[in-house]
Amino acid sequence: MLQYLRTSSPAVLAALGQHVVLALLPVLIGLAVALPVGYLAHRFRWLYPPLLTISSVLYAVPSLALFVVLPVILGTQTLDPLNIVVALSVYTVALLVRTVVDGLASVPPAVTAAATAVGFRPLGLLLRVELPIAVPVILAGLRVATVSNVSLVSVGALLGVGGLGALFTDGLQRDYLAPIITGIVLSVLLALVLDSVIVGVQRVLTPWSRVGER
Amino acid sequence: MITFTAVTKRFPDGTVAVDDLTLDLPEGKITVFVGPSGCGKTTSLRMINRMVEPTSGQVLVQGRDVMEQDPAELRRGIGYVIQTAGLLPHRTVVDNIATVPYLLGWDKKRARSTALELLERVGLPAAYAKRYPAQLSGGQQQRVGVARALAAGPPIMLVDEPFSAVGPVVRAQLQAEFLRLQQDLGKTIAFVTHDIDEAVKLGDVVAVFHQGGHLAQVDTPEQLLAAPANDFVADFVGRDRGIRRLGFRLADSLPVQPVDAPRDSEWVLDLDDRGRPRGWSRRGVTASMQSGGGTFTTADSLRTVLDLTLTSPAGVAVRVDQHGVADGTVDHAAIAAHIQDDPIRAAR
Ligand SMILES: Nc1ncnc2c1ncn2[C@@H]1O[C@H](COP(=O)(O)OP(=O)(O)OP(=O)(O)O)[C@@H](O)[C@H]1O
Ligand SMILES: [Mg+2]
Repeated sequence: MLQYLRTSSPAVLAALGQHVVLALLPVLIGLAVALPVGYLAHRFRWLYPPLLTISSVLYAVPSLALFVVLPVILGTQTLDPLNIVVALSVYTVALLVRTVVDGLASVPPAVTAAATAVGFRPLGLLLRVELPIAVPVILAGLRVATVSNVSLVSVGALLGVGGLGALFTDGLQRDYLAPIITGIVLSVLLALVLDSVIVGVQRVLTPWSRVGER
Repeated sequence: MITFTAVTKRFPDGTVAVDDLTLDLPEGKITVFVGPSGCGKTTSLRMINRMVEPTSGQVLVQGRDVMEQDPAELRRGIGYVIQTAGLLPHRTVVDNIATVPYLLGWDKKRARSTALELLERVGLPAAYAKRYPAQLSGGQQQRVGVARALAAGPPIMLVDEPFSAVGPVVRAQLQAEFLRLQQDLGKTIAFVTHDIDEAVKLGDVVAVFHQGGHLAQVDTPEQLLAAPANDFVADFVGRDRGIRRLGFRLADSLPVQPVDAPRDSEWVLDLDDRGRPRGWSRRGVTASMQSGGGTFTTADSLRTVLDLTLTSPAGVAVRVDQHGVADGTVDHAAIAAHIQDDPIRAAR
């Protein structure tokens, strides 16, 4: 085990680096897409049911199938990491649109009404009242999306790009346990670290959400 | 300052909430909108800051039609206090109070120091500045709501049932503080309530709404109690309006008897060496001034004086001067006689 780590640590670190990028880039893209889409669905209620259906369907597509089909749709190489990024972005959007809508819906109508009545304009209301109050709900969704992305990236290893997943395929092919254990431990650690980073961010952003639960 | 001219509001579902309302709210005074539930008080109030837009007619604020003004700008110039204080849960108390100054682009320091002053003004300790609304009681949140409405110094305030969610004791306290603030500030206030007692207590002018946003009567509280315009108003202001009305008449012209004048009662007024009443006594039995009636000054209302005569063992209320020295007494017969030559009743 130690022997493996000593000789292969550059490869392991590279795999870890790739894993982080492949998992997090889709989270950022997903959030950037889900925020405006979720806002529209919140603002125009009739958009919500169809959006919900679409995102449920998307979420139900098996990840491996998506990884295989995407190159055909996008015209990319099978080994292009872009496939993974796009696929995971799709999942993240599917998950977060719902979260964003729920988050915005968690803002008490009395608060929005009062904020409007004291003179917030629609954009200020969204940015300085509705979104900040929706942060706990949105970040809860973001935790789920991040952790699930960390585990989904590994599936990409079956196609040749999969961050730490490559360590599993490597270990299986060589019938060698050390890379498999390293891969598992590192993925779990990565998921835990990213999750606690988000929890930390939430603590900083929303000190108000932890006071006076009544 | 605020004028409704033939204002009608019909909601998309066909409900006519306000029908042909014409009303003037005098500058620097509290005008109370009172009436049964669903009669269009809130709708009328919200047409002043354009939270509801009139279907027809005109609402003028400081001479300008609200429909010709930018809604956000208009609202920043009008303080707004509602029942559920409507504070921003993610902002501290001081930042909540400073909401409108921030929106108006004041620099942060000035906005905060104004907010801190107001926090004190509405009777909350400075230590509360850093709290979040969820850490305050309902009554405290309501005070913060009032402070927020005052922060940018608007000449106009809209107030919608601010005290109906708190208990009677806190309500009375908040009402008294509200009146004290208004004495200092002299804002033009539109105040909605469905509680007629609150209306006559706080209003300079009371507008009684009838179902469908019709005005049943617009008058001073005293006139309203003395001369209800119709059965609806008489019914709404309630049974004991005769007694309540005495609350608006000062005891300053009430004739009193000398303190040592002979009385029908065996009870004797006990004075200390400087002439201040200590209590009543009869054949060795004494009642303190607190438990047995009490004293009044010329600044008290006839209602208070009448109540004193009813609780005093001797049936007599004692008037004191500014030093607390007894300078006269009065019984209920004298009060009844005084009310007989009532200018308001004579006017009917
Ligand atoms: N947005 C709306 N759409 C349709 N009808 C409405 C709307 N807002 C109010 N109404 C109706 O208009 C009428 C007047 O409502 P309003 O809120 O002004 O009453 P109110 O006098 O303030 O009553 P309360 O004392 O219960 O607060 C009611 O019949 C109410 O149902
Ligand atoms: Mg109302």
